Amino acid sequence: MPENLFKMNAKEYILPGSRSCQGCGLSLAYRFALKALRENTIVTLPASCLCVLHGLYPNTSVNIPCLNCTFASTAASASGIVAGLNALNKTDTTVVAFAGDGGSFDMGIQSLSGAAERGTDFIYVSYDNEGYMNTGTQRSSATPMGALTTTTPVLTKQQHKKDFLKIMEAHDLPYAATTSPSYPIDLYEKFVKAKRIKGTRFIHIHVPCPPGWSYPTKDTVRIGRLAVETGIVVLFEVENGKLRFTGRSRTLAEKGNKLPIITYIERQGRFKKMSIEQLSQFQKWVDSRWNEFLRRAAN
Amino acid sequence: MSDVQIITGNQAAAMAARLCNVQVVAAYPITPQSQLSEILSQYVESGILRAEYVRVESEHSAMTVCISASTVGARVFTATSANGLLYMHEQLHWAAGSRLPIVMCVVNRGVGAPWSIFNDQQDSLSQRDTGWIQIHCRDNQEIIDNVIQAYRIAEQVYAPVMVCYDGFVLSHTMMPVHIPGANLVRSFLPPYKPHTILSPENPKNINPVLLPNPRMSAEGILCDGYMEMRYKLQKAMEDSREVIMKTSREFADAFGRDNGGMLWEYRTDDAEVILSAMGSVAAEAMAAVDQLRAEGIVAGVVGIRVFRPFPKEDVARAFRKAKAIILFEKSISYGYEGGLSSDLKAAFYRTDIHAPIHDYIVGIGGRDVKARELVEAVKSSVEAIRTGTPEKHTSWLNCITE
Amino acid sequence: MKSQDKSVSAMADPSVGEAGKTGDWRDMRPVIDYGKCIPSVKNRPACYLCWLYCPEGVVKAGIRVEIDLTYCKGCGVCAEECPSKAISMVREEKGHE
Repeated sequence: MPENLFKMNAKEYILPGSRSCQGCGLSLAYRFALKALRENTIVTLPASCLCVLHGLYPNTSVNIPCLNCTFASTAASASGIVAGLNALNKTDTTVVAFAGDGGSFDMGIQSLSGAAERGTDFIYVSYDNEGYMNTGTQRSSATPMGALTTTTPVLTKQQHKKDFLKIMEAHDLPYAATTSPSYPIDLYEKFVKAKRIKGTRFIHIHVPCPPGWSYPTKDTVRIGRLAVETGIVVLFEVENGKLRFTGRSRTLAEKGNKLPIITYIERQGRFKKMSIEQLSQFQKWVDSRWNEFLRRAAN
Repeated sequence: MSDVQIITGNQAAAMAARLCNVQVVAAYPITPQSQLSEILSQYVESGILRAEYVRVESEHSAMTVCISASTVGARVFTATSANGLLYMHEQLHWAAGSRLPIVMCVVNRGVGAPWSIFNDQQDSLSQRDTGWIQIHCRDNQEIIDNVIQAYRIAEQVYAPVMVCYDGFVLSHTMMPVHIPGANLVRSFLPPYKPHTILSPENPKNINPVLLPNPRMSAEGILCDGYMEMRYKLQKAMEDSREVIMKTSREFADAFGRDNGGMLWEYRTDDAEVILSAMGSVAAEAMAAVDQLRAEGIVAGVVGIRVFRPFPKEDVARAFRKAKAIILFEKSISYGYEGGLSSDLKAAFYRTDIHAPIHDYIVGIGGRDVKARELVEAVKSSVEAIRTGTPEKHTSWLNCITE
Repeated sequence: MKSQDKSVSAMADPSVGEAGKTGDWRDMRPVIDYGKCIPSVKNRPACYLCWLYCPEGVVKAGIRVEIDLTYCKGCGVCAEECPSKAISMVREEKGHE
């Protein structure tokens, strides 16, 4: 019944009783990604939160075939699945890599860039909880400026978030998009679309994390929503170089009423040591990025 | 029409991969392996070999691609040397623990720092503990023969195999090699039957986290803890000796060449002094033995063909009559001694073999090793033993050590 | 002891409750007021935002919405997102099942 209302696949691929945290943004996002991808999918993933969600031997919570790999190697693992399936003439299965921000843009960046540059026919999903959350909230290149993490415990993260989109766009991809579990229908539709495209498809998911970001578990969807409302997270897709806002971000772009970032920042304990100067820099960074998106979408 | 071609070691390795009908190749160039990857891409792009060639961006990714492609059921091949092998070290452990029949050629080269592009065996020695079967080649013929046998062994044991051959000494040196017929190789290698299931028809989560203790499955079966799973790898390695021996015999029957099982022997029947080594220096030792015998020293060679699993029963038999054992090793476990030396001594524990073992470290970073130098080393060791001079722990041959 | 596990390498099978009965993790339990729950009030499929936003997928979206309390982790997202405030998070009694 809800599948009719929301126009999506009814089946659940994550079985109840998984090992993810209460209120896990990744769990919500993965639920809809798998609904969109459906049964004829092979997932590969590194040591990460998702690895834990998938569970400990001899049981797994996920009803989709999955190959674990080392932290640096996710995109290469996917490349090997694709190559192996091609060699065996089994070419209709969708191969999807699912790595976190660290596994994509820190340790995993080399294999990701390599696979993308080769035009490997797979979907690469980077779920971004803005830190190395599985190992206890250490800082990654995806951590926003001003955030406390266990490796920036006093001074906060000094650098802005690394621009994943720009890095991936340098690889001439047929499809790239940002999604959020707070907007599940937008996320679902992007995965459905990506599944039909050939070549390297890159999907970024902004994933709120209650223990890592220090907010009450009930606020996961709200926090993700505020990220979009403030323009910190932009829902968009780039198809063959053409950028387009989607969903809530499109409305914000048309109406020009994005919220000030403080409405997002003030709800999260990880920003409690953020300085006024950092807040101002962060707002400028958001505004400048937003304007660049507006320019690109207008062309 | 003769099937003999005069080819380099790299050409031999590439031909072997082609004859074995590998389905996925992922390799990154590194001296002195580069020509091997180039020849394979030539085969693939000209259609001689129907395979997916993934031009990976690093050796770590090369082994990763082999792992996942092998998991879905493709026969895979890669090759590397020195620092490339070191870069994929994490993935060697992963491949062995995944129990995948990956075959890799290691074109032996010295490791940095400082840089060397020339031959020694430090690269393969440093992978000794990963759970890979390790086979060493005496000459280019053995390269083709061992790669073919490697697939047969790997796909029965479900463990990866590295076939090692000395960089430049073999990889770039032309030798006459009998090229096996494609049909004969095809009949010698049955199709690969993966034990891994990575398929939408039967969803499984492969190689997740295992806990220290056995754990109940949803069906009520007590499943392995990490330690049991790893024990299975050890058991497979121990049991692989039989498979290796049998494969060697079956290869000899089918192709007419016997390159030895776990080890091979040259003039050891009456030998009092036994030389031993791995790889091309063992072939040099054969020439040294002929010279020594001409000079009145009754010597022989035991060539270690398979370094892992270590041939502990075979060496106990092969060395039992030796009055002196002289080792020539192109690698060393820094802080102790050559790997072969330690492993031999451990194998001799609780046997009657008490002959002095002299461990020469030779040819490091490509320093040439001539038969004449081996002869002199043996003579000097024999003299030292005769005069009761205590043996040096290791001697670095032809190296300035003062 | 003889191993019951005949596998060559580690391949896990899908099952419910991989992390056990995760309902045990809760200290707050969702309680639905069917007088406010929109599908119950309208007596037809409607709303279902609780189903949509549940990270665990344990909301059964019938005309009467039910939550699988064996596995519900009590995160409270459903209560937070319900547009008619039909779900309240109630503290679990000590020693709940």
